Amino acid sequence: MIKLEVQRLSLAYGRDVVVRDLTFRVMPGEMVGLIGPNGSGKSTIIKALSRVIDPYSGKILLNGKDIAKIRREDLARLLGVVPQMPLLPSTFTAFEIVLMGRNPHLRLLQYEGARDVAITWRAMERTATHSLAERRVGELSGGEIQRIVIARVLAQEPESILLDEPTANLDISHQVEILDLIKNLCLENNLTVVVALHDLNLASQYCDRLILINSGRVHAQGTPIEVINPQNIKEVYGAEGCVYSHPVNRLPTVLLKAGSSKHTKPGESQRS
Amino acid sequence: MGSVKLSATNQVTHPYPLRWRSRTYAILGLLIAFVAVVAFATTIGSVQIPFFTTWRVLLSQLPLVDITPNWPSTIETIILEIRLPRVILAGLVGAALAIAGATYQGLFRNPLADPYLIGVAQGASLGAVIGFLLPFEWHGIGFGIIPILAFAGAVLSVAIVYSLARVGKTLPVTTLILAGVALGALWGSIVSYLIITSGEKIHGIIFWLMGSFSLSEWSEVRVVLPYVVVGVAIILLYARSLNIMQLDEEQAQQLGINVEKVKLILLAAATMITAAAVSFVGTIGFVGIIIPHAVRLIWGPDHRFLLPLSVLTGGVFLILADLVARTALAPMEIPVGVITAICGVPFFLYLLRRKRRAVFF
Repeated sequence: MIKLEVQRLSLAYGRDVVVRDLTFRVMPGEMVGLIGPNGSGKSTIIKALSRVIDPYSGKILLNGKDIAKIRREDLARLLGVVPQMPLLPSTFTAFEIVLMGRNPHLRLLQYEGARDVAITWRAMERTATHSLAERRVGELSGGEIQRIVIARVLAQEPESILLDEPTANLDISHQVEILDLIKNLCLENNLTVVVALHDLNLASQYCDRLILINSGRVHAQGTPIEVINPQNIKEVYGAEGCVYSHPVNRLPTVLLKAGSSKHTKPGESQRS
Repeated sequence: MGSVKLSATNQVTHPYPLRWRSRTYAILGLLIAFVAVVAFATTIGSVQIPFFTTWRVLLSQLPLVDITPNWPSTIETIILEIRLPRVILAGLVGAALAIAGATYQGLFRNPLADPYLIGVAQGASLGAVIGFLLPFEWHGIGFGIIPILAFAGAVLSVAIVYSLARVGKTLPVTTLILAGVALGALWGSIVSYLIITSGEKIHGIIFWLMGSFSLSEWSEVRVVLPYVVVGVAIILLYARSLNIMQLDEEQAQQLGINVEKVKLILLAAATMITAAAVSFVGTIGFVGIIIPHAVRLIWGPDHRFLLPLSVLTGGVFLILADLVARTALAPMEIPVGVITAICGVPFFLYLLRRKRRAVFF
């Protein structure tokens, strides 16, 4: 069982502190959403959790062990990442990209064996990408690339998955398809999942708990019902959001109203 | 345990193991071709020696082969002391330049990268030209001072580029290339100045700069061989890492690659083998850029196959190019760098047109 703990984490680019004093914990089988406006620090937090950038202060613990002290290949066996808009070399085939997920399991002198090939193939079947195996990445659509990268994370066989806006630029059917897949993986395998999302409705539908970030600080954290309420939306986004409960599952749902932004003059905001 | 579990079944059949098998056969085929080309190139030269005599002389050198010599000793000297070291040196240099080119291209994710991109060639040229202009001659270990100064110039040049480009604990690739190109230009202009003021030594300098295998001896093979063998072995170990570094550095780190360490190791290995190769035979062009691209066009971008296939193709190509260089206008020698371009470029352009797909990215 893997547990991800963030303790009083601050992150900075140079001397420019962008995330301050962040503390949260994710338990196995739990899907936690990072939500907040553009530039609030969601992607930076994902980068820090995967040790691409080092903390300015504070600690990130995986099963009680500081990730700064875990070797990179060991960390990659525990934790896989689906980056936002991943850049892939266009002449590699989809299969070759997914196979790269096996890297942390292989030694320097070891080549991918039958077992790695079989695992890669299963990961592609799980994400319905096996029919794309022979295609070059340059020929694939955005949604297909997103699924290829998720297959790569599965081939990595991690215990925890971090996703940075996995549904950006996808249409609604692909958004639901990808998040359903991740949610199922999380529940079936008892994974620890952290997902940065800008779409509040998707976050509300899929995440067990949400962390609302505003300019690098935690504004609220808790269940979707606790976090997504008109007051928080107004305070963080400055927009007059109308929060309703979803007609089927009662989860909070945000509907927007034209002319409700903070840039609108008071007289105009009542336009209907 | 909370981890992704994908039950591994070995029954699935799909094209991948098959494709790997065909590429492995290509490596074996090229290995045989390499040996055949070495023997073939040794049979041809200014002195007419019958084909089978050459083969008998070569075979008699192998352990466990018992052939009674029925040929004059001068023939043995021509084959074993003049032709064979030259052919083998050409093979080594071709292999070194091709894999160094493939490594730099992969490391910099740049199809225009060649082994000389970050100042190796210009540094070696400066060292060599200084060697040519020294007022004294020195033959300490059998091959003169020029290779030593060329090697020192190459390694020093890259070391300066490296320290200029380093930012804290990281080495941004773009900064490295820009620093290399800038410093290379500086060395190049100093070399140009030295050439025009070099007087009667100008012919030797120009010939060296264009690259040539004339005067190759076993002593040179003995120096270049260990660099190439060790360098190639190190680079081959990191083939999978190079594949993953074709993603961006962030993804490579998240897949368990220690990006900065791998960059440093590969940079050092590729630089060492390039410097060793160039020091003895001059800055031979085109091999390092064209061979890896040709291999990619035929067998794909996977470095686990691209790198060994480049080694063998580069070796075969340069042996044949040198064969043309020494026989086409015999007894005059053409600089091999001229031949690599004249023969290599049309073939490369043919591949480019025939495959009609993105060369690299």
